Amino acid sequence: MNRPSSQPATWDREKQNYQARLARGAALASGRKVSADDIVRLLEAVIEPGDRVCIEGNNQKQADFLAKSLARTDPALVRELHLVQSVLALPEHMDLIEQGQVSRVDFSFSGQQAGRLATLVEQGRIKIGAIHTYLELFGRYFVDLTPKVALIAAQMADRDGNLYTGPNTEDTPAIVEAAAFKNGIVIAQVNEVVEKLPRVDIPADWVDYFVKAPTPHYIEPLFTRDPAQITEIQILMAMIAIKGLYAEYGITSLNHGIGFDTAAIELLLPTYAAELGLKGKICTNWALNPHPTMIPAIEAGFVQSIHSFGSEVGMERYIAARPDIFFVGRDGSMRSNRAFSQVAGHYACDLFIGSTLQIDLAGNSSTATKGRISGFGGAPNMGSDARGRRHASPAWLRAGREARPHAVMPRGQKLVAQIVETSREHMQPAFVERLDAWDLAESSGMELPPVMIYGEDVTHIITEEGIAHLLRCETPEEREQAIRGVAGYTQVGLARDRRMVENLRDRGIIRYPRDLGIDKRMATRDLLAARSIKDLVLASGGLYNPPKHFRNW
Amino acid sequence: MNVKPINYFEASARTRIACLVDPESFTEFCPPELRHISPHLVRLNAPVAFDDGVMVGRARLAGHPVLIASQEGKFNGGAVGEVHGAKLRGLLDKALIERPVAVLLLVDSGGVRLHEANAGLIAISELMRAILRTQSAGIPVFALIGGSCGAFGGMGIVSRLCTEVIISEQGRIGLSGPEVIETVKGVDEFDSRDRALVWRITGGKVRRALGDATRLVGDDIGAFRAATAELLDKHAGRPLNSSDLDDLTAAHSNLSIRAQRYDTARDGRIIFQEAGFTELESVALLPVDDFNRQLEGSP
Amino acid sequence: MEQFVMNFTVTNRLATTPSPRVCGVVSSGNLEVLVESGEPEDTCRIDVHTPAEGFRDIWSAVLRDFVERQPVGGVRITINDAGATPAVVSLRLDQAIDFFRSEKP
Repeated sequence: MNRPSSQPATWDREKQNYQARLARGAALASGRKVSADDIVRLLEAVIEPGDRVCIEGNNQKQADFLAKSLARTDPALVRELHLVQSVLALPEHMDLIEQGQVSRVDFSFSGQQAGRLATLVEQGRIKIGAIHTYLELFGRYFVDLTPKVALIAAQMADRDGNLYTGPNTEDTPAIVEAAAFKNGIVIAQVNEVVEKLPRVDIPADWVDYFVKAPTPHYIEPLFTRDPAQITEIQILMAMIAIKGLYAEYGITSLNHGIGFDTAAIELLLPTYAAELGLKGKICTNWALNPHPTMIPAIEAGFVQSIHSFGSEVGMERYIAARPDIFFVGRDGSMRSNRAFSQVAGHYACDLFIGSTLQIDLAGNSSTATKGRISGFGGAPNMGSDARGRRHASPAWLRAGREARPHAVMPRGQKLVAQIVETSREHMQPAFVERLDAWDLAESSGMELPPVMIYGEDVTHIITEEGIAHLLRCETPEEREQAIRGVAGYTQVGLARDRRMVENLRDRGIIRYPRDLGIDKRMATRDLLAARSIKDLVLASGGLYNPPKHFRNW
Repeated sequence: MNVKPINYFEASARTRIACLVDPESFTEFCPPELRHISPHLVRLNAPVAFDDGVMVGRARLAGHPVLIASQEGKFNGGAVGEVHGAKLRGLLDKALIERPVAVLLLVDSGGVRLHEANAGLIAISELMRAILRTQSAGIPVFALIGGSCGAFGGMGIVSRLCTEVIISEQGRIGLSGPEVIETVKGVDEFDSRDRALVWRITGGKVRRALGDATRLVGDDIGAFRAATAELLDKHAGRPLNSSDLDDLTAAHSNLSIRAQRYDTARDGRIIFQEAGFTELESVALLPVDDFNRQLEGSP
Repeated sequence: MEQFVMNFTVTNRLATTPSPRVCGVVSSGNLEVLVESGEPEDTCRIDVHTPAEGFRDIWSAVLRDFVERQPVGGVRITINDAGATPAVVSLRLDQAIDFFRSEKP
């Protein structure tokens, strides 16, 4: 009834609106180029109240200059925004909320702002639509959360506005694809404007404006773990993972979560795993950021391929020199792509293994703590069975047989392992009866407790006590005892039924280091292929150039 | 025998001694079972260590009798408290009686222990005096520096009083720590998170280039042992005579010249440049042997 | 700081009386373990000094399992803890007792 029948139907109102915005911005730009001094006014000109805005923020690359500029706009003009973006990591993102310019957010991960975000939610100053996984949010970009304005970060632009996003391409293609083809405004901040780009990652006609930022966009070296901090306990858990899981199932395609536990596994590949004769048999193909701790395994010939979500600061020259391993453009620099790598991790990998903070008796695993809304990132997609998977592999088929021994219809299963020391310092338990996620959901008014990985998807739990093959359990009671059986001296572990645990051990559902033929006393730092960042630099032949604050020479 | 190198940086104070001296030659004074713990830490309800973070004793190195102390950098940052300081000072006093070829101080310390600052400060001053007294009795004192805490605060001064300073490139010598300087003077004065800068100012290579350290070795206890053995051979044949006023005056005048020469230096790069290094960006990664060769080959 | 002593009765006695041994370092998340001879031959006495208060039941479970693994009598073990996890405590105790027993008489 909105449209009187006498008028012809209009099907391009969005397009007209897009053109009106461009017309308002025209005076502030020279072609697509905008000067840094005009960017605040440009944002005020092209953004309308209520717009869905994506300020590109990944867990590494940040469109920080555009975020700062947006925070400097007039709140009378730029208001009621709905942020739709992967990461809320910058203080400016929170400033925008505090200034009343943003009224709603849909996101995946909040990292360092988790505490401030929780406070703003509790104060009722921001409404969270939902906390997504990366893929889920990207999916919604093409359904009901399409950004009207995309503020993105690229390394370089040429004069026409073609962009080079280079090794840290990350989320950019997904965001631009959604905005540019649905009448959205795409504004890029670039570190430099050059005559000729190394390669074109985003063509100019998908870009409306670009601005040279006064300082290069910030990149967090999120995946760098200093081998000097890896403990004997982490090495023991890595030995259990390699012998009790990787070798057991012959896992060749995999993704590692971030952390020291998985870094320890990576550094044990050229030593412990090689001694077990596993080279070429495990860990050949990866969906993984270019972890510096992978260098020794790559150099030892363990690895055949790595596709990456993003890059890692300091790894650029090393990656460029190893094009057989990494995905490298014809210009010689790496190209990453979070959306594709997430798909790879979900559908094409047999194993995900990652650390966590808390695991409950059903195997639900969460990193949520009260007073911090930190979100998910990509782990739930990596760490869940891919029900749509139809290609077989030995590891996947075996996991499926073990999980459903009596099923008539054969099907595989993704291996999802959680690796965690039973207690943190000062006896803080990793195993709990009730996840803190419940409290957080209550205090923040969430519809669901923020669970990182659901128990039904977790096939294995590895602790310093041993490995629990949850997928081999036949009843929920067995599953609970299998978890208690590796929960060590936590209350959960102390309350185990010793007879049931022994029974599970006899059936190979729980395996302790001695059952695997692992001598705990072997778990020393001597097993690490690199014991310091400098060892990694040397292993790379000087190609790895670590961030300044990781050096001690 | 093919011996795997043992990181000096990572090793505990006990492992350092065990791997540095001749096998089975070490006798510990005030061993852990005597429980000479810090009364101050007890009063403050803080964790204590049976050796108060330093072990002292007698040993042989390449056959030479030595007295030796090793600070545990992981216990309260190797900081010097009352008991800790008394053990070090007692060791130097003992040297006057036993007359070893040298006293070896394996320094790994941020300086005075804040929990017992007055006692610690007094201990440091006693330690400085004891080192001078030991040297003036003709017994050299060596500082070995390659732990995570380096040699800072009072222990930085103590180290510079030593006859020989053997350092690894991970080792550091300084007075105020980088974090302290940043806190007091701001990040523009010293960005303590820029660890490459921190090492260009305080690290083993720049200290060697400046002459603050007499030997630069790799991060391997075997390398520390080899350098120490060589210097013990040298000193065993030629007893120390540091009471010579001419030597002292010469040392002071050299320091004045150095202070003038580097008056405006804001970065270790300038020191490396003056020391004859041409590829300044690659100095940090230069293997120790190549660094020593280039340094000693320079005018 | 919490301090307590636990005594365990054990059957295995030491053939020798090795000299005292210390293992580990008192640093954050870590501990030192001193092992000495001299207790009655059917006794393993363990003194614990820990900054983490209120975890005595966990300590007693960890120590009980240790004595079950390594039933050595005639020894006194003293622990200076700085917030170590049970896993680290168990590992260090095993290392300390191995070290203590390995020593030549």
